Amino acid sequence: MPEAPILVIRRLSKGFPGVRALAGVDFFLRRGEIHALMGENGAGKSTLIKVLTGVYPRDGGEILFEGRPFAAGSPHKAQEQGISTVYQEVNLVPNLSVAENLLLGRQPTRAGLIDGREMKRRAEAILKRLNLHVDVNQLLGDYSIAVQQMVAIGRALEFESKILILDEPTSSLDAGEVEQLFKVMRKLKAEGHAILFVTHFVDQVYAVSDRITVLRNGELVGEFETSRLPKVELISKLLGKALHDLESVATAKGEAASERAGEPVLRVQGLGKAGVLERFDLEIHAGEVLGLAGLLGSGRTELANLIFGIEKPDHGEVEVQGEKVRLNSPLRALQSGIGLCPEDRKSEGIIEDLSLRENIVLALQVKQGWFRNIPRARQEEIAERYIKLLDIRTPTAAQAIKNLSGGNQQKAIVARWLATQPTLLILDEPTRGIDVGAKAEIQKLILSLSDRGMAVLFISSELDEVLRCADRIAVLRDKAMVGKLSADQMDEQIIMRTIAQTDQVGAEPR
Amino acid sequence: MNPRLRRITSLPLTWPLVTLACILLFDFLFTPGFFHLEVKDGHLFGSLVDIVKNAAPVMIIATGMTLVIATGGIDISVGAVVAIAGAIAGVLVARYHAPLLPVLVLPLIVATLCGAFNALLITGFGIQPIIATLILMVMGRGLGQLIIGGRVLWFRMVSFEYLGTGYLLGLPVRIFVAAALLALLTLALRTTPLGLFIQATGGSAKASRYSGLSVGLVKFVVYTFSGLCAGVAGLVLTANIHGSDAALVGMYIELDAILAVVIGGTSMNGGKFNLLGSLVGALIIQSLTTTIFTKGVPVQFTLVVKAAVVVIVILLQSGEFRRQLGALVPGRATR
Repeated sequence: MPEAPILVIRRLSKGFPGVRALAGVDFFLRRGEIHALMGENGAGKSTLIKVLTGVYPRDGGEILFEGRPFAAGSPHKAQEQGISTVYQEVNLVPNLSVAENLLLGRQPTRAGLIDGREMKRRAEAILKRLNLHVDVNQLLGDYSIAVQQMVAIGRALEFESKILILDEPTSSLDAGEVEQLFKVMRKLKAEGHAILFVTHFVDQVYAVSDRITVLRNGELVGEFETSRLPKVELISKLLGKALHDLESVATAKGEAASERAGEPVLRVQGLGKAGVLERFDLEIHAGEVLGLAGLLGSGRTELANLIFGIEKPDHGEVEVQGEKVRLNSPLRALQSGIGLCPEDRKSEGIIEDLSLRENIVLALQVKQGWFRNIPRARQEEIAERYIKLLDIRTPTAAQAIKNLSGGNQQKAIVARWLATQPTLLILDEPTRGIDVGAKAEIQKLILSLSDRGMAVLFISSELDEVLRCADRIAVLRDKAMVGKLSADQMDEQIIMRTIAQTDQVGAEPR
Repeated sequence: MNPRLRRITSLPLTWPLVTLACILLFDFLFTPGFFHLEVKDGHLFGSLVDIVKNAAPVMIIATGMTLVIATGGIDISVGAVVAIAGAIAGVLVARYHAPLLPVLVLPLIVATLCGAFNALLITGFGIQPIIATLILMVMGRGLGQLIIGGRVLWFRMVSFEYLGTGYLLGLPVRIFVAAALLALLTLALRTTPLGLFIQATGGSAKASRYSGLSVGLVKFVVYTFSGLCAGVAGLVLTANIHGSDAALVGMYIELDAILAVVIGGTSMNGGKFNLLGSLVGALIIQSLTTTIFTKGVPVQFTLVVKAAVVVIVILLQSGEFRRQLGALVPGRATR
């Protein structure tokens, strides 16, 4: 390395009440490189960026920018000093013109008035560097997200940024737009800019980046040269699993009942929605736990939402217990005996101001309809039963649910669905953000539910957990189902290889 | 603060009732004869009866408004719906000499349809409630005036006027109308899951949807009901003056109704609601108005005094404000 890195971060740490978001993380960024920052949920990617750009103050560690200690104070000051961030949700003004957005706050003036012609000229010059040809006098909001992102990058260039941070820029772009963005990134790299690229798309990292830094649970896993890091190793690092030789594992497992007899509880054929999830097939039998594995953004939640009718599929057929159904709303799914504990407990699960009792009986009451009211006494009975069954810690069922801990809230949402006596229960990340004890209880609950004949679709980003609870595993990658593993193929090595697609063992192509 | 007192001060109905008591205490001390009640021709007369009587239309509208606000919405078209309902009733009586039943039923059907129109704009087209109901608010009075032909339409019909000016068991009939509406709604809330669905919708529409609830249907029900309530109030107010005055009847009543709901302790954010609180809120507004009139305060001060009292009541309901106030009292800082 002939030149010192433009950005040096050493032993950076940052904590929030109850959470250690960054624990002594090192990070180096060099001129003329595209550096991918990767990690699963809670790895600390966004915290790192927010500390770097001055959204949060740091607790410890040092940041050197061009060899000098650096503390931004605010994202705006960071930008003025040469570190610009382009966020996933573009933070420009849609009802101003492209040119105004590019030059906002530094419009060229003539005799105290904004010089429109000069502004147009300068705006076009900036966009020419990005090979972007649009009418700069049009409103920014009239253009696609891709163009808006380019404009945001253009604005960063106008500030003569030396470091460009792209925070999940490709999440809402189609393949062509991603390629266009990559072209721009390569061009800027060639001009000597340092680009920090945050993403969870493995393929994109390999397509464009020179180096990869992986974080996990707020700690540095390591910095790697992209060309020297096999995909499957990257995935093992993201998931925090060691990678062994395949031979040593493919032997062990004994015979397991991979095909169950009888009618499945749920049979899905060719279900999919453009831009959300590619078509997939799926069968779940009574008493079976089907695990869903895959990286962040691989389409796990989308799959759950398609089955539950939150997302309306544009293809495919669904049979519940042998009967064809159209699950185009959560109500239909509920009436067909399907329940979903959503991933985002706070916004999609609990209703904060309502009591624990009301939260528990809600789905059952919806299932019963408007004219079969559950009397108060019966509601209390149901609530008490599940409070006892799931060991929900609360003074009374009348307690507002917002006053309970995360784990107990999660149990309440599970209780809400158990009360409807579903034949299939979908659990999307039920153990995220809850304490270890509650985690174990939920895992035990999943097993006991399946013992009693319930079919469970279990989604988790923790591989251990999926392996421990599931009878079979379906693997997702980049919004498509890429493999189904039967009991004898269930192994973290095989899962990681399936995600990486470097080895077809155990992965039946779709 | 001792625990029992703290429990009482955190009950939802406490502060509205305290406010009402304060206003009445003020009248007891400074307005001679305010509490004087007398029976004339078998009817009860006095300032207290007047307050309840005059508050009745706002109470009726606040009943529907409470449910709307509990879903996180708002309905500012109720004043216009009052005008429409009144105009239809007036035309039926004055032009068509219709019998009582259609005079009562037809305006209510149209008012309910008005509510359904609001609901359609909100749930079908995703228009924000304040904008959606603004449309009818602007349009409604015009429609009412078109129906009656531009000028105030006077009529005489003893049986219909009874609704506005009559007495039953010594009390104004309209009090019974408001009470009947409240009783009906209470029955519905006890025998159907409507209350739970409304509170879930207002608490978190997203989580409600994830629980299978059709949030749109819930909203449809409350806006339609709000239209019906406005229709009932329109009949009462029109019968009262035995005339349809589409330009003025129920003017600003939507504001009083919203105020009553908020004073009564239902949050504009939606969620938990307090129906009785809204009725007490309507009584507070009316007793304030009556007090100001009987004290001979010039009319132009009425609104200012009203605003001041409203600010105080709303501040008292805020737990944060009470905590800060408590911290100001030396040695009694509550934590």
